[in-house]
Amino acid sequence: MARKAHSLRRHETAMGYFFISPWLIGLLVFMAGPLIASGYLSLTDYNLLTPPTFVGLQNYRTMLSDPNFWQALQVTFYYAVLSVPLDLIIALAMALLLNQRVRFMRWFRTFFYLPALLPPVAISVLWNWILNPQYGILNEALGFLGLPQPQWLLAPQWTVPAYVVMSIWGVGTWMVIFLAGLQNVPQQLYEAAVLDGAGVGRKFWNITLPMISPVLFFDLVMGIVGAFSYFTQAYVLGQGIGSGAGVSNAGLFYSLYLYQKGFSELQMGYASALGWVLCFIVLMLSLLVFKSSALWVYYGGGDRS
Amino acid sequence: MMALASRARRKSSSRQARLSRQAADRLGRAVVYLLLVGTSVCFLIPLFWLVTSALKPTDEIFVFPQVWIPHPAEWGNFARALTTLPFGRFAFNTLVIAGLTTLGNVFASAMVAYGFARFRFPGRRVLFLVMLATLMVPGQILLVPQFILFYKLGWINSFAPLTVPAFFGSAFYIFLIRQFFMGIPSELTDAAYIDGANEWAIFVRIYLPLSKPALTAVAVFSFQGAWNDFLAPLIYLNSQKLYTLQLGLSEFQGIFHTQWNLIMAASTVIMLPMVVIFFLAQRYFIQGILMTGVQG
Repeated sequence: MARKAHSLRRHETAMGYFFISPWLIGLLVFMAGPLIASGYLSLTDYNLLTPPTFVGLQNYRTMLSDPNFWQALQVTFYYAVLSVPLDLIIALAMALLLNQRVRFMRWFRTFFYLPALLPPVAISVLWNWILNPQYGILNEALGFLGLPQPQWLLAPQWTVPAYVVMSIWGVGTWMVIFLAGLQNVPQQLYEAAVLDGAGVGRKFWNITLPMISPVLFFDLVMGIVGAFSYFTQAYVLGQGIGSGAGVSNAGLFYSLYLYQKGFSELQMGYASALGWVLCFIVLMLSLLVFKSSALWVYYGGGDRS
Repeated sequence: MMALASRARRKSSSRQARLSRQAADRLGRAVVYLLLVGTSVCFLIPLFWLVTSALKPTDEIFVFPQVWIPHPAEWGNFARALTTLPFGRFAFNTLVIAGLTTLGNVFASAMVAYGFARFRFPGRRVLFLVMLATLMVPGQILLVPQFILFYKLGWINSFAPLTVPAFFGSAFYIFLIRQFFMGIPSELTDAAYIDGANEWAIFVRIYLPLSKPALTAVAVFSFQGAWNDFLAPLIYLNSQKLYTLQLGLSEFQGIFHTQWNLIMAASTVIMLPMVVIFFLAQRYFIQGILMTGVQG
């Protein structure tokens, strides 16, 4: 009996490893191996054609005095600080609207969500035209409203805001997540609040916001990580202006800079070091959000998996 | 809201209060619809602008104020745009890449998910946590070393770097499918087990057919991801005959940078399949997002 149980357990172990083997092999070959290699490469000078030469921490030291590195950091942070809160607020507002048990809700949800799924290259190309300072519809609309008409991608100070405006069009994914969060809020809470005489504003601040704060938290982390992975739009819209990153590198997002260093200039060692710094920054920011979440995220009693 | 309103209504005794509450409700409802319609218009205008621009004759592009309805509609723009670069070829390449990626992702991820969901084995918990942790690793850090790996393997300028990794599963999809597998009652499999079916048969004949919603969500996500991907094709594909639609469109914009009507025509055609897939499979997109997003 004991022997049978033992062999059963061995069988189960063998089966388990058999079924997860694709992922395990993939993890070693496509992730762990490259990660280790990248750690080493970041300490070398390597152009793919000649063997890497070890240079110690030189790449990291170079970064400190590389104006483009600081520019990339600045552009990325500026974008994240503007776009993440703005997009989240807009997405939440849209989800609140859709949560009013309105008719045709499915249609409205479809309209709001659709742009988030379209190919980023096509979206960028379209917005390049929309943001055209002379003939684009955005400036035409602004002019109609009597507002100033910026030069957008052709003016360094308006480049990042142009990307932020474009990002609003893609908030559909956040909105869907918020909407689901809103629909999970127990109705009894609102009913009790109404009996206590709470108005719309009180209900939002004291019930809705605390109840969806875990979702908000998830979106905030994802938004920050997303800003550091922002590439396609930066590449397509920066294309053909200056050195491929907008006027005076005003659109030099971090990922774009990493791409330029690694794949245009073949500075594989330096690009690896840039990758590790990015990893470190994302990790720190995520930790910061995690640690601070205790202060503002409300987890209801108990049954969270 | 309606239930709330009616309950509140029953409670209020005075008729006057009821009337004013009804009026306030109606006003609030009108404001909500106004905002919804306004926002919808804002979100749809860019797409409308895309299509009208695509149909404009060249002399109507650079006029101010803008022409909203092109006259005459230049349907020939589509043919001109799509034949200037071999977009048919690009579409074929994209389909091959997206098809293979989807196949690999669905099958391999389901297999791994089955391993995690069904068996207890030493190291399972740790490996599962490792898998979740890999979701947090930013892809940019792998860009350079993976490129070097594929370069050494001689895979540059082929579809291999874009498709082969999918056949090893993807952490995000494995997680998604595993959550679904966990909900399949064990009575179903016990019966099959007694009938002498082996694990592989149970996986293929019971788990896979029962998990169609989750597998479809993964397929749709995976296809959309591969169709929309730009960075990987940009890095790995050099010769034009291997280009995907996204690479082709990016190059097209570089070449014809002021012929907005042609550029918009090409963009319209490249967006269209995603719009169609979206309308056919919207349910799965939303389910997929919810399965990952809300559980947080």
